[in-house]
Amino acid sequence: MNQPHSYSSTVTERPEGWNRPAPIESRGERELLEVAMGPHHPSTHGVFRMDLALDGERVVRLKPEFGYLHRNHEKIAEGISYLASMPYTDRLDYTCSMTNNWAYALAVEKLTGQEVPERAEYLRVILGELTRVQNHLSAIGFLIQDMGASGTPLMYAFRQREKILDLFEGLTGARMMVNYMRFGGCRVDASPAWLDEARKVVAGLPAFVDEFEALLRSNEILMARTQGVGVLRPELAVNAGVTGPMLRASGVNYDIRKVDHYGIYDRFNFRVPLGDHGDVYDRFMIRLLEARESIKILEAALKDIPVGPVIDPKAKIRGLRPKPGEAYGRIEAPKGELGFYLISDGGPNPYRYRVRPPSLINLTILEDMCLGHDVADVVLIFGSVDIVLGEVDR
Amino acid sequence: MKTVEEIKAAIESAIPGAGVEIVPNPSPSGQHSLRLTPDHAVEVANFLRDDAELALDFLSNVTGVDWPDKEISEKVKVTHTVTKTVDGVEQSVEETVEETRKRVEPGYLEAVYHLYSVEKKHGPVILRMRTVNRTDQVELPSLTFVWRSAEFQEREIFDLFGIVFTGHPDLRRILMWEGFKDHPMRRDYVAPDDFEYEPTAHDGVLKRTQAHQAAAGQALEERHQGTGAGA
Repeated sequence: MNQPHSYSSTVTERPEGWNRPAPIESRGERELLEVAMGPHHPSTHGVFRMDLALDGERVVRLKPEFGYLHRNHEKIAEGISYLASMPYTDRLDYTCSMTNNWAYALAVEKLTGQEVPERAEYLRVILGELTRVQNHLSAIGFLIQDMGASGTPLMYAFRQREKILDLFEGLTGARMMVNYMRFGGCRVDASPAWLDEARKVVAGLPAFVDEFEALLRSNEILMARTQGVGVLRPELAVNAGVTGPMLRASGVNYDIRKVDHYGIYDRFNFRVPLGDHGDVYDRFMIRLLEARESIKILEAALKDIPVGPVIDPKAKIRGLRPKPGEAYGRIEAPKGELGFYLISDGGPNPYRYRVRPPSLINLTILEDMCLGHDVADVVLIFGSVDIVLGEVDR
Repeated sequence: MKTVEEIKAAIESAIPGAGVEIVPNPSPSGQHSLRLTPDHAVEVANFLRDDAELALDFLSNVTGVDWPDKEISEKVKVTHTVTKTVDGVEQSVEETVEETRKRVEPGYLEAVYHLYSVEKKHGPVILRMRTVNRTDQVELPSLTFVWRSAEFQEREIFDLFGIVFTGHPDLRRILMWEGFKDHPMRRDYVAPDDFEYEPTAHDGVLKRTQAHQAAAGQALEERHQGTGAGA
């Protein structure tokens, strides 16, 4: 199936001024092997293909190919009302539907100038941070699974994720497709019993993160496989629009929760962990540290949550017709900057609805990180980006 | 953070003749944007990125928007000179009539860029560019060499809207498959009933059957005529 293919000496021609690393020249007249990794490769976390050119084991060229899951989410949204798009956003990054809901609600609130009650803001922070914790833990689990430790570490993470998903189910009726946020608040209120349950789950999290970290940190194979692999320079990371834990692992201090102060994040005391080297190991440690900071936010939010309405009773939800105009709203989703750009022409449906998918844009520099590494490392580097194909392909 | 007016002034003092225009946004978000002319767009983008005060080093989002031809009907008061017969004498009288006139405002495709600054932690600054029309002059300069994050997003706009970004290093379809003809995010795009339609042998078979039936019918008629003649 994989035919050996001979290339000319320069494999990829790049125009001048192109800020990528110089391509690794093929050694003389050696033959390169062209491999299609995917679309059903187990390490690609979905249907995704990488077209690799290999010189022995070394990667000389990598072209990501996607669109297998494309359903034109944006076109669908142009034909339905503002509210009807809310459950569709669950399906973008289907492991983090709470933050997808939040980003969309935030963009519409910017478009209409809608205010959100305080209790709803607290609930949003609690659910958003729970989402972040479960996403980061399972991302680490998947990364270790890609490294060859089949099953156990991932199931460790999933055991904890299941408790968080049970909380979501108790509140919204669904584990993953929550459809919870509304423009101007949240759909249902949390009962005191639910809050107690949430406090119990959060109280169990630090011990789990400690255990998880101890298991992994002392693992020699993990160190050898991840340290110095797939280094991403900070200048390139910023220029290529990389966001989220990947950007911070490269040492760039940019967290939208701190920059935009959306919601009520300025009320919480948390730190932004930064990496030094920008390699796979840093990306994985940053996720652990971020999970710890999220637990801090959760503890504070669950303690301070006030009583009150969860939605403005005057908020227009059904039959919403925003005045003509446009708005871009963004939040710090677990995978990076998730933004929604809406243009209204005064009608009941958005004129233009655009999702800024962090997963897609974080893949821009996949080739740069993989050049010169072995094929086995490509799996790890790709895993450390942490993508969901539902969001990449939309 | 500078206001749009100040940014416009800064661009115009740095690049004379840049032709920047403010596009107001009436929504409560208050995110006004700057419209660039395609000829100076790369220059302006480089200035915005490298200027010490603005330092817009992070291109967050690139969006394509389709604005199709708009038919506008207006009511216009027109004064005509009409010849009328009043009391048996022909007179020319001025008459004001209200008429509805239709004119077509030509459509265009638009690319919208949302910029932020990681260094200064401000934003967004929104840039827009328009193509000349929606059919044959759909080129815009690519900003991929200024901000690398435009690479996949401009490819997506090329794929779904059909804006051709000149100077893009790798302008291919990204979400739709190679060989797909249309641009599905355009407002006037009509989706086929079946995206994977392939003609079957059906039409060929039908044609052969019809030909056969015609021939058989003719033969039958001839036979009837034969019997008629014989009787």
